[in-house]
Amino acid sequence: MSVTPDLECRGINKSFGQFQAVNDVSFSIPAGSFFSILGPSGCGKTSLLRMLAGFSEPDSGEILIKGKSVKGIPPNKRPVNMVFQHLALFPMMNVGDNIAYGLKRRKVSAQEQQRRVADVLERIGLPGIEKKSIDQLSGGQKQRVAIARCLILEPALLLLDEPLGALDLKLREQMKIELKTLQQTFGTTFVYITHDQSEAMVMSDQVAVMNHGRFEQVGSPQTLYYQPETPFVAGFVGNNNRLSGQVIKTAKDFIQVSTESGHIFHTSSSSILETNTAVEMFLRPEAIHIDRDSDKSWQNTMKGRIDNILFDGGNSQLLVRDTASPTQMTVALPQTGKYQKLRQGEIIKLGWNAEQSIAFKAG
Amino acid sequence: MLKLTGKNLSFYLLLMPLLLTLGLLIVLPQLDMLGVSLRERISYGEYKFSFLHYTEFFTEPLYWNTFLRTAVMSIMATLLTLLIAFPIAWYIAKVAQGKNKKLLFLACLIPFWVSELVRTYGWMILLRESGIISGFLQWSGLSSGPVELLYNDITVMTGLIYASMLFMVVPLVSTLEGMDDSLVEAAYDLGASTFTVIRSIILPYAMPGVISGCIVVFMLTLGNYLTPTLLGGKHSLWFTEQIFTQFITRFNWEQGAAFGVLLLTLSSLLVWTGLKLSGQSFKQAVAS
Amino acid sequence: MSRSAIKIRHSLLALAVSASTLSISAQAEELRLLTWGGYAPQEVIDQFEKETGIEVKVTKSNNEDMISKLRATRGAGYDLVQPSQDRITGAQKEYRIYKPIDLSKLKSDRFIASMLDATKKNTSVNGKVYGVPHIWGTSGLIANSDQQNLSFNDLCSDDYKGKVSYRLKRPTLIGFAFAMGEDPFAAYNDQKKYAEILGRVEQKLIQCKSNVKAYWSGGDALINLLRSGEVTLAMGWDAGGWKLHKETGKINFVAPKSGALGWIDTFALPAKGKNDEAAYKWINFVMQPEIAAKITDSAGNFTASVGAENYVNKALSNSYKISYNQTSLDNIKWYPPVPAGLEQLEGKTLDRIKAAQ
Repeated sequence: MSVTPDLECRGINKSFGQFQAVNDVSFSIPAGSFFSILGPSGCGKTSLLRMLAGFSEPDSGEILIKGKSVKGIPPNKRPVNMVFQHLALFPMMNVGDNIAYGLKRRKVSAQEQQRRVADVLERIGLPGIEKKSIDQLSGGQKQRVAIARCLILEPALLLLDEPLGALDLKLREQMKIELKTLQQTFGTTFVYITHDQSEAMVMSDQVAVMNHGRFEQVGSPQTLYYQPETPFVAGFVGNNNRLSGQVIKTAKDFIQVSTESGHIFHTSSSSILETNTAVEMFLRPEAIHIDRDSDKSWQNTMKGRIDNILFDGGNSQLLVRDTASPTQMTVALPQTGKYQKLRQGEIIKLGWNAEQSIAFKAG
Repeated sequence: MLKLTGKNLSFYLLLMPLLLTLGLLIVLPQLDMLGVSLRERISYGEYKFSFLHYTEFFTEPLYWNTFLRTAVMSIMATLLTLLIAFPIAWYIAKVAQGKNKKLLFLACLIPFWVSELVRTYGWMILLRESGIISGFLQWSGLSSGPVELLYNDITVMTGLIYASMLFMVVPLVSTLEGMDDSLVEAAYDLGASTFTVIRSIILPYAMPGVISGCIVVFMLTLGNYLTPTLLGGKHSLWFTEQIFTQFITRFNWEQGAAFGVLLLTLSSLLVWTGLKLSGQSFKQAVAS
Repeated sequence: MSRSAIKIRHSLLALAVSASTLSISAQAEELRLLTWGGYAPQEVIDQFEKETGIEVKVTKSNNEDMISKLRATRGAGYDLVQPSQDRITGAQKEYRIYKPIDLSKLKSDRFIASMLDATKKNTSVNGKVYGVPHIWGTSGLIANSDQQNLSFNDLCSDDYKGKVSYRLKRPTLIGFAFAMGEDPFAAYNDQKKYAEILGRVEQKLIQCKSNVKAYWSGGDALINLLRSGEVTLAMGWDAGGWKLHKETGKINFVAPKSGALGWIDTFALPAKGKNDEAAYKWINFVMQPEIAAKITDSAGNFTASVGAENYVNKALSNSYKISYNQTSLDNIKWYPPVPAGLEQLEGKTLDRIKAAQ
């Protein structure tokens, strides 16, 4: 590697009593990227982040920031800053003092402080609010001020601990885009932890999916979406229909699976699987085509009755019950106008090709 | 014009007990005190209006000095109590968990299950020349003869701090409990040292609690009678003692009342100054 | 018991007393007695109740507290009080808190005649008598030694450095004045002369303040200090000394060379007392020699009752005999009534002594 990564972790372990929070995690983040750690609550992502910030030390393993080990360096000496879940803006100081807090600690002159605070406020699009008090700010403004407070120190890494969690949905959508833009304008490496796959997907260059203290897969959002390596990733990233079954035939590009519901489907697989292996098959709702006129041929088809229409604009879905078994499938309903006339109780045909689903060895 | 509609009326009726209590128990006696303080005895049962007892306070160095001494000692006791109570409050609010937290709180409360008199006598039994601590020092060979630990200002201070502790710990714990721990971590993360975190984050955050604790402790200490008198011995001069003496042993109600009014005025003035200096408002301090 | 330790709080509550007395109505007949600790032992109360059916309610107090309480209520709240004889006329002139005593209702033959006459004289205002004697005693020295030849001046002697205690109250000033060869009682009506004497006493007491271990405020506190050996010479009441003598066999009351200071606690009727009949009954009852002896046992001091000494505990008479011979008895300086204004002067003197470093 020619360029030193901003952050490199080697074999990090951390336990709390009997509970292993972080289990042998290694990864590196190239400079200037937006890296997310995605996982359900309790997966160890917060423990990992706190080790990066210096609030706790790993039991074993090494953390290198810009190529230098930070072992034993306390948080106030690390070139790393953190945006806290509830932002932790200091309520007794105004915006300007909040942002200048770190500079003051570095004994930067008052004049210089003032100039840089004004500058950073300009860059986050909130010029001239130095004198406002914290409780005068909206949720989104607080968010940006909290980030500015860290970025003004030009850290090697900015750690973000689910800072969007407390916002309402609309604002969250908006902030996702803003965060991404901020990261690009400042060029700082962001390490972002979240349990919300959408946040991770939208903003990140790279996402690590974490479960039970381990990284399941690290990759770009597209890779995680299209080529999940584990059933957990397939289930956690994006929506999926999950079908259980057994391999009955293997071929070069795909296998045939007999599902518990009595269907035989063609599917791709994550690895080479032998016949009779129990598998779990994942099929994305948006990969399923609704075929009313039955003039196209699909490798896999299934007939079903519409149980429910969940209308949600661009995210509308159908719940379709297999006519031959109790299996229920979620199917994306494209709002192209073509399917406007679908009604509850109608029998429709669903179709998809083998490469659009993926099978993993069960268990 | 104020119209007494049904709703209005019931509001004022509900307010009555409070107003009556305030009026009868607090305002009226104070006004009576003021009245008594402004008269001068001429002969048996004869009085005239006069400021004599106020001028007496300012011209007689003894009274003036006693007041100063009381105020200075009270301020010192308040600050020392704050200094000792802060780490305790921090421990209770932020470090101790569950059962320990309750136990610690209880430990602060227990001394108040017995009366002030008993508590003070407890100190006297410990500290007197023939007391337990003196006995221990002799037994252990740390001292060759009996040690008198009573009857000095340090003992008075100890007693005052001991009696005030709870009233400082409670408001501090309640403000500190409301503080998000991540404020401290954030400051630390932004490069602050432990000392700076305390100075720039924790103290300003806890300020309303600090102020209300200080006001309560200061007032209690200033108005304390038993502790300074019993522990202070022959040099103990305390302003409330002076008031008591004027009222009870000198039969000089007029002078006592004047002292009472002056104590109220001067202590209010001191509290006000304290608030101004710390940039806090009384409302904030009372609200916490 | 000595003139007992006083709960300070009681006095502070004086203002509240007027309110609370409004609610007391006479259900069963009762006598509300404001007195010193030990002056109304339970045994005597029980016997009185059995004989008369009158319930006795006792409140313990001291001279200043009695006056303050009665002043606050203008003489209400109690039916019988027991101030010292020298403190009656001044308080009566100033606050009108007592009513005259109807001597015809008392069995005068039960009183030691000389004491009754002296008290009547000292408690008269405008020809009316406001007090009759009950218990008398003296203030002098209590010493932890066999020394009999002591003076109040010894409280300032280097022999007792840091081992001395006295009250910061008027008896101390007067005792020292006598010890310094003055006659403060003679100067009672000459304020200028009196102020001069006080000035000298003040100087002396400030000079030897370093001798003082602590100023005592209650008899029990003094007894504790003496018993523990922290104090070896104190100015105090005879009863306290005798109590310690009975306990230790060593510490005892000593009449000082300049003469012990004699006080007589009296019976007086508060101006708004509600049950004078019961008060007279109580006075006549406790002046019977056997009853008086019981009170002497409890209070530690002798009474003005004729013939009571025959019933008094031997140990007490013994201690008494060590403390007093005929000469020292004759030398007792009895307090004359305190004229108005003196206590102001004394108060300031005491303040200055307390404040001196």
